[in-house]
Formats: sequence, C-alpha cells, structure tokens
Amino acid sequence: MKRVQFSSPYLPYLFLLPQMTVVFIFFYWPSVQAIQSSFYLEDPFGFGATFVGFDNYLEAFKSSHYQQIARFTVVFTILVTVFSLSIGLLLATTADTVIRGSGPYKTLLICVYAIAPPVAGLIGMMFFDQHIGPFVTMAAWFGWDMKVGIDYVDTAFAMIVVAVWKQIPYNFIFFLSGLQGIPVSVREAAAIDNRSRLGRFRTVTLPLLAPTAFFLLIINMTYSLFDTFGIIDVIVKDKAANNPITLVYKVYMDGFRGNDIGGSAAQSVILMLIVLLLTVFQFRFIERRVHYN
Amino acid sequence: MAQVTIENVSKSYAGDVRAVNSVSIAIEDGEFIVLVGPSGCGKSTLLRMVAGLESVTEGTIRIGERTVNEVEPAERDIAMVFQNYALYPHMTVRQNLAYGLKNRGTPKAEIDKRVAEASRILELDQYLDRKPRQLSGGQRQRVAMGRAIVREPAAFLFDEPLSNLDAKLRVQMRGEIKQLQRRLATTSIYVTHDQLEAMTMADRIVVLNGGHVEQIGTPLEVYRAPQSAFVASFIGSPAMNLIAARGEGGRLVIGDQTVTMNGAEVPNGPLTLGVRAEDMALASGNGDGHVEMAIDYVEELGASRLVHGRLTDERLALSLPSGAPLSDRLSITLDPHRLHLFDPDSGRRI
Ligand SMILES: Nc1ncnc2c1ncn2[C@@H]1O[C@H](COP(=O)(O)OP(=O)(O)OP(=O)(O)O)[C@@H](O)[C@H]1O
Ligand SMILES: [Mg+2]
Repeated sequence: MKRVQFSSPYLPYLFLLPQMTVVFIFFYWPSVQAIQSSFYLEDPFGFGATFVGFDNYLEAFKSSHYQQIARFTVVFTILVTVFSLSIGLLLATTADTVIRGSGPYKTLLICVYAIAPPVAGLIGMMFFDQHIGPFVTMAAWFGWDMKVGIDYVDTAFAMIVVAVWKQIPYNFIFFLSGLQGIPVSVREAAAIDNRSRLGRFRTVTLPLLAPTAFFLLIINMTYSLFDTFGIIDVIVKDKAANNPITLVYKVYMDGFRGNDIGGSAAQSVILMLIVLLLTVFQFRFIERRVHYN
Repeated sequence: MAQVTIENVSKSYAGDVRAVNSVSIAIEDGEFIVLVGPSGCGKSTLLRMVAGLESVTEGTIRIGERTVNEVEPAERDIAMVFQNYALYPHMTVRQNLAYGLKNRGTPKAEIDKRVAEASRILELDQYLDRKPRQLSGGQRQRVAMGRAIVREPAAFLFDEPLSNLDAKLRVQMRGEIKQLQRRLATTSIYVTHDQLEAMTMADRIVVLNGGHVEQIGTPLEVYRAPQSAFVASFIGSPAMNLIAARGEGGRLVIGDQTVTMNGAEVPNGPLTLGVRAEDMALASGNGDGHVEMAIDYVEELGASRLVHGRLTDERLALSLPSGAPLSDRLSITLDPHRLHLFDPDSGRRI
C-alpha cells in the first residue's frame, strides 16, 4: 500500500468534511432528534409537547398490533434474506460454470445484472397487478383467487416475492465474483479429492464463499428491514388497514399519517437499537467463524 | 501402483490451438518420468489430461489396465501436486491431508495412521493444526506432497511443484521428492521447464517441443545422444554449442577451418554441428585439425572457467579447467566422438 503524506495537517480533515457533513445532517442529527422526541407526547397540531418519559415505548411494546407487525417483520426479514441469498447463490454457481474463462460474456452478464435491480422492482410489481399481472393470472389457473392489497396472506406473499426478486441480482453479482475469486487449482484439487460435486460445493466452495456470504447476510437483513419500504408502499398504497407491513412502514404510518410523532420516534429508536444489536452480534459471533484469507 | 500408458494423445483447444500433438509414452510401474520443455510446449496440458482435469481430444490414456479418458479425476486413483500447492485455505494442515481419504470413506483410524506417517516423513508434525496461510512456502509445499502421499495412489502427478521455492530449497526438495518416490515406488509424472531438475530427478526424460515429443530417454541418453538440435540446446548447462557447418568429402568444414573426423561419417552438404563446452580442449602443439577461436570474454566458475568466443563467425562457449592459460586466440581440438551432427532443415540427428 502506498503511503501519502499530506503537506498540511488540516488537509485530511478538509477531505473528510463533506462525508462528515452528510453523516451528521442525515444521520446523527435526526437520530438525536428522534431520541429526544421519543420521550415527548407531541400535540398533533403542533401546540407544544409534554414530557412523558418511557410512555411511548411502553405503549408500543404493549400494543398487540405492534407485536403482530414485529412478528411479521421477523418472518419477512428471514424469508427475504434466505430466499434472495439462496437463489442468488444458485444462479451464481450455475453462471460460474458457464462463464469460467469467458471474459466478455462475464462482463455482459454482470452489466445486465448491475442495471437490473430498480427495473426488476418495477417488473416485480407488475407481476402482481390485479388486472394485468401474470402471477395473478397463473394463480387463478390453480384456483387461487389472489387479492393483493386486500387479502393479508396474498399481500404478504407478493411483498416477499417482489422483495426477493429485486434483491437477487445484487446477491448474484457478489456471489459470482466471490466464486470467481476461488483459485481454479483449489477447485481442481478438490475435484481430485472428492468425487461428489455437491460434496465439493459444501466442503470447499461454500466455506471459501463465507466472507462474501457474511457480507451479503448483513446487507440483505438491512435491505429486508429498511429498503423494502418502497415495495411495501406501492403494494399497500397507504392503506395499511388489514395488510401486512413491517416496522419501518409502521414508523412512517404513525408519524406521517397518524401524526403521532412521539410514538413514531420511539419506534424508530427501537429499530435503531435492533440494528445496533444485530451488527454487534454479527461482527462478534459470526465474523469470528468466517474464514478470511 | 500402475503403468501409465499415453497413446497418440492430442489436445486441441477452440480456435485451432493444438497444444499436444500425438504424444505416446509408455510409463513403467514405479518409474519417475519427467516432462520437460520450454514454456507453452504443452507439458501441463498433457499432465492435466492424465489427471482428468482436461478432456482428451484424440488418443487413449490408460492407468493400469483401465482406459481413463472418460473417468472423473477423483476416480482415476491419481494424486496431483500443483505449482501453487492449491491447499484448502480454510482447512488445517491435518484436514488438508485427510480430506481426500475422508471422501473416499477410509476408516478414521486408517486416516489418522496415514496422516501421522506422512507428517512424520515430511516433518509436518508441529504444523498439523495450522492453516496454510500460517506456513512458509516450503512448508506448504510439504503439505501438498503430504496430501498426495497419504492417498497412496496409483500415480503421482507433479506440475512444477518447486518453481515457487527459492533456489536452495528447490535443490533440497528435489532430492527429497526423488528419495520419497524411490521409497514409495509410485509411478510419477513430473512436469518442469528446468532441465536440471529433469536431469537430476528422472528415470526417463520426455522432451516436449511445440506439443510433440522430441525425445524420450534416460537423462544420460538425452544428454549424450540428443536426437534433435532442439534437445541438444535444451538439455545441459551451458547449452550445447550449435554451429553452422558443412560436409565436404568426408570432412567437416566450419567457415574456412576444417575439423578432422578420425573416420566418423560426415555427409556432404550443410550441417549443424553440436558440441558441448566440455567436449573441447586446448590443442597441444600445432597440428592438423586444430581450429582457431577468438576469445570475447571469460566467466570464472571456480572449478572451471567458461570461455566465450567465436569460431570463424559462430559463437562458441568452451569449458576449460581453472588456471588454463588464456590468450586472445586459442587453438582447440574437438573430440570427434563427442560431436553431434544435425540436419539444418529438420533439426534431426544425422
Ligand atoms: N484453455 C486454453 N485455451 C486455449 N489454449 C490453451 C488453453 N490452455 C493452454 N493453451 C495453450 O496450449 C499450449 C500449451 O499450454 P501448457 O499450459 O500445457 O504449456 P506448458 O508447457 O505447461 O507451459 P508453462 O511452462 O508455461 O507452464 C499453450 O500454447 C497455451 O497457450
Ligand atoms: Mg505449465
């Protein structure tokens, strides 16, 4: 690694300034605000606020509706993470055997996948359109009268499928480059040592992919928890009524639709803590077991 | 333990690249065969076809009595040592050694016994619980060797296993591999581009050039009677001198000088004369058949000195005992029985 010496001791800070500003304005400041608001009961019409201590938190925890959404969020996160990771891995291994040594083809394939996610999200949404959605039509063939946005299970199903669908290309690219990073000779040595293709995958390829998988696990959980907001919003169209939503969406609903700033802030602080715990857990316990070269 | 038979084997890659061209080698049980040749001559490709890592375009490969063309690598009963060792980075040394046996359903007790035996032979006992990244290059090389020997396969395949080691370690490992192979008496095919490794380790050397076999023979045969100008220049250090000459009425003429051949046959017409640096000597007296050489520079090697110069217009290197008298011009004699004549067009030995 090349070491560069700055001529002025202040110069590095100057370079850091834009990044620090962004982090401060969009992360620290709102976080502090959220923590502060979570201890107040704010008048919906903006006439002052009353300090209520932990009431907002207690209310959230005691609410059976909140508990139900929390449960759905857990199920949703697990399903989306597991499916988008495993399908991404499956596609990547298949592609890997085909494109080994074929550079231009690889670049082409990766380009397609790299521009795909936003488009994929749109297309995924169209799949479940009540009138023109092919998924709805197909479900009808099997006697499944799909009512996305009305029926709880149908809506949950659509949300999960679209969320998975949108995340697959991302996982695919990382897994593919992870696979391509495994030395050919190590695979060949394994081919001599183990006749079973599946066995080789399990005992050699997968462990060597572990760093990639660990990284993607964090990314995918964060994605399921937060970045699926757009998908959920389009599917439930503000009508949370009887529909499954995740905790993040509830923060939005309570804060912006219900004007319960205090409650909403308390919920977002809870989410913040969950993320903090998850990150600490992942780095302390999982990363230690992952092999890094 | 088995014979390995390679029969008219060719390999073509897409786009008309012919990496291996109709190669036939019959390898005896327990023999140490070295495939040697310049970069890109197809030696790795040939070895990998034996391993099953590369498909065979034409021809037959047999290990023992069995034709293995379509057999999976894991079922060929071979073990391979790779140039970069190809150890499993996430496994300990012990797991690396045991992996191939475990997958073949070898009983635990037997695996432990063989791993213990191999690590004792290769002096790896202290490192069994380390990961490959915690080992030095030489130690990794030993683990790669160990992974091959615990398998007790029909044949060992080596693809330049020493080329990542420093010169000293390379010489040491060269000896150790050779000894180990002697003791285990396992048929081995060893790929290298280093002619010295080939000379020192091989029972028989196969010299490859541009995908075809130039010569197969014991190290001495290949050294003493190279069958082509290519082999002559490739085997031996310093490389054999190859000089443009011609035959005229039974005599060998180089430029304006003539070499007496003492009855050895010399065909008429243009020839390539091959002569090793050590097969020439300073002429005593001023007799017939001496040739004159102009000296350019001298390399002192300790036990001997290597004199570089020109014979008429042809470059020539001559090995002389240290302390031999030197001047700008030397009168030298060539040993007629140690001269090699090649056809200048085909390069074949005459
Ligand atoms: N996958 C491939 N596709 C096309 N040509 C190939 C392929 N692999 C090897 N070749 C060609 O086949 C020839 C022989 O290659 P090979 O790897 O056997 O050489 P080598 O003798 O082992 O050389 P080195 O000493 O450099 O390892 C080379 O000309 C190489 O370019
Ligand atoms: Mg090679």
